[in-house]
Amino acid sequence: MTANGWFQILFFLLVIFLVTKPLGVFMARVFNREKTFLDPFLRPVEKLVYRVTAVDEQHEMCWTEYTTAMLLFSGVSMTLLYLIERLQKWLPFNPQKLPNVEPGLAFGTAASFTTNTNWQSYVPETTMSYLTQMMGLAYHNFVSAAVGIVLAIVVTRGIARRETEKLGNFWVDTTRCLLWVLLPMCLVGSLIFVSQGVVQNFKPYTAAQLLDPQTVQVTGADGKTTTRTVTQQVIAQGPVASQEVIKEFGTNGGGFFNANSSHPFENPTPFSNFFELVLIFAIPSGLTYTLGRVTGSPRHGWAVWGAMAFLFLAAVSAAYWAESRGNPQFQDYVDQHASAMQSGGNLEGKEVRFGTASSALFATVTTDASCGAVNGMHDSFTPLGGMVPLINIMLGEAVFGGVGAGLYGMFVFIVLSVFIAGLMVGRTPEYLGKKIESYDVKMAMLAVLILTFTILGFSAFAVVEPFGTAGITNPGPHGLSQILYAYVSSAGNNGSAFAGINANTMWYNTSTAVAQLLGRFFMIIPIMAIAGSLARKKTVPESAGSFPVTGALFSTLLVSTILIVGALTFFPALSLGPILEHLLMMAGKSF
Amino acid sequence: MKNNFRIAILFTLVTTAFFGLAYPLGVTGLAQLLFPSQSNGSLLMKEGRVIGSKLIGQSFSSPGYFHSRPSSAGTGYDASQSSGSNLGPTNRQLLDRVKSDGEKLHAESPGAPIPVDLVTASGSGLDPEISPAAAEFQVPRVAKERGINEAEVRALVQKHALGRQFGFLGEPRVRVLELNLDLDATHPRK
Repeated sequence: MTANGWFQILFFLLVIFLVTKPLGVFMARVFNREKTFLDPFLRPVEKLVYRVTAVDEQHEMCWTEYTTAMLLFSGVSMTLLYLIERLQKWLPFNPQKLPNVEPGLAFGTAASFTTNTNWQSYVPETTMSYLTQMMGLAYHNFVSAAVGIVLAIVVTRGIARRETEKLGNFWVDTTRCLLWVLLPMCLVGSLIFVSQGVVQNFKPYTAAQLLDPQTVQVTGADGKTTTRTVTQQVIAQGPVASQEVIKEFGTNGGGFFNANSSHPFENPTPFSNFFELVLIFAIPSGLTYTLGRVTGSPRHGWAVWGAMAFLFLAAVSAAYWAESRGNPQFQDYVDQHASAMQSGGNLEGKEVRFGTASSALFATVTTDASCGAVNGMHDSFTPLGGMVPLINIMLGEAVFGGVGAGLYGMFVFIVLSVFIAGLMVGRTPEYLGKKIESYDVKMAMLAVLILTFTILGFSAFAVVEPFGTAGITNPGPHGLSQILYAYVSSAGNNGSAFAGINANTMWYNTSTAVAQLLGRFFMIIPIMAIAGSLARKKTVPESAGSFPVTGALFSTLLVSTILIVGALTFFPALSLGPILEHLLMMAGKSF
Repeated sequence: MKNNFRIAILFTLVTTAFFGLAYPLGVTGLAQLLFPSQSNGSLLMKEGRVIGSKLIGQSFSSPGYFHSRPSSAGTGYDASQSSGSNLGPTNRQLLDRVKSDGEKLHAESPGAPIPVDLVTASGSGLDPEISPAAAEFQVPRVAKERGINEAEVRALVQKHALGRQFGFLGEPRVRVLELNLDLDATHPRK
């Protein structure tokens, strides 16, 4: 570990702190339909959208209609993505003449991008045409992000409004989110990425003459090894920058290339890397302020932010520490120490320009949020370093979390915290003037249990069945971690992976898709039910007996609730996977 | 329900046209106008032919060149199949590979510790850079092979070294392809 490494991490948190309030205020204004500086440009576009789609912008929906509209939109747009994948051979923008995507993979990918997961069990540069990438995948990066954000906004409205069924209009909220929140940043951000070297073109792949032709051994399908001379390098191209920016800003995480943000054309410089990190946390962090502002208690927003920042720092410290120590099983003459000449540490699966500090930071941020972009391969992290992303997703990605999904995920823990506090003092729990009753707590528990049930259920199935264990590529306890990570990432809609796992099979494509759909929509429905229930209630005035949801006491209770729920649920699985692997690695065992 | 279903279809089509087509095409136009070199892949040309990209690493095995890191992209630095090894820390395949690469390097310069990036594969398999320590490790071999003194080679390495961006972001590093091109230009092998 180096002083410069810590400085990068703390500087990052400072920048996130600084963007929280301005962005939070801006989003509150956008969804409240107040004036913003972008109105002269965007208001005409907005009106045009409503005219063409026949949306009545004055109409307000109750929680069931809102949820129905969201499900219909997700269903229709998912179908369109599936069709684009299945027909890409005959569609334009396919200079590499890539064939149509196989049905199982096309379905898995459609589910994955619709649910903001972006789990990828294929190599994009040899599977997806430029059209599929931009009109299918990048498009879903926009809309699945917008859907997440507007649902979080509905939760804040549920808390703020009283004695009403009306929670806003799904189409209006989504349109405003796309145009005001996402589009302007993406236009500016994609050009910033291009300035750093991210490509943006529609050219066929470029063939480059190698300076030093290589003789390589190739093992054919028949198992025979032949020797071949490689004189050319084929360099994949594409409209990358326009997708890169929404991939992070919408916490989607689906790479244009197989290597995701470790690919130099997706993430060429340390600055592009830093910018990606800020983009991932910006909206989730801003939404905590939006929550405080909309509900009239900015200090509550900051208390939630504080709990998140604490958990973030704990995780990034653990990951950075573990990765800096390197691999104890390498020979003594391999120098893994940090110095002015090298970052040192465990560099398998990491880029030199990022080193251990920026890679550990990225792994933490991408799994705290439900992003899933990676700038290093989590599968090759040390056991404890790799356990950090795993735990982050298991905790429900409530630490800043996905755009919107983080806040509504955190909302579940807030309800539970308030409930536990109420039990301890023996009063009906209250949250910002709303009584939390048995219906609300039941719905919150349902959301927690669905995630747990999906992760552990599918993992248990996969580790005892041959079609599950066939996917393992790292034997020993690491194999369990690979399978566990696949379902944690799917149910949590993260999309990062212990990417060695061979997941492009019928079983994994289908089971991860089902896990993704359960983790997304069966999480959303109970949360929307709570929002609807809260909006119907009267506001009770705050009294001396009300439990305060501001300040350090509340933040501590919230952190404890998250850790207790997470630890009780997942500790047994973790002890058989990464923890066991760590102990065996230290004892000099390999597999 | 029926009304919302109709809206869902129209809304999907309208937003797809806007965010799936107009937006990326617009960004492409601006990018090509403002940053023509970067948006086309920061390509390096020699005698009218593309010989690589500044940002994409290549394999080098001749002793007169600086070598890149091990790569798991295709058969090595295949820029149409980016990939890490995804080998876990206790996987014997990883440990064996590190051991065999390490032994070769160790035989090359016995006393010197081997910088870890020279025996580990990057996440992309296309890492264009090595650490300054890894460059320094290779200086004696390259100098000997080309029959020039080490100070000259070090000066070239310095020329292609990149510091931390803005003084604190990322890690110091050396661009391998450009360094090797420069070596060929200034000190051609006999």
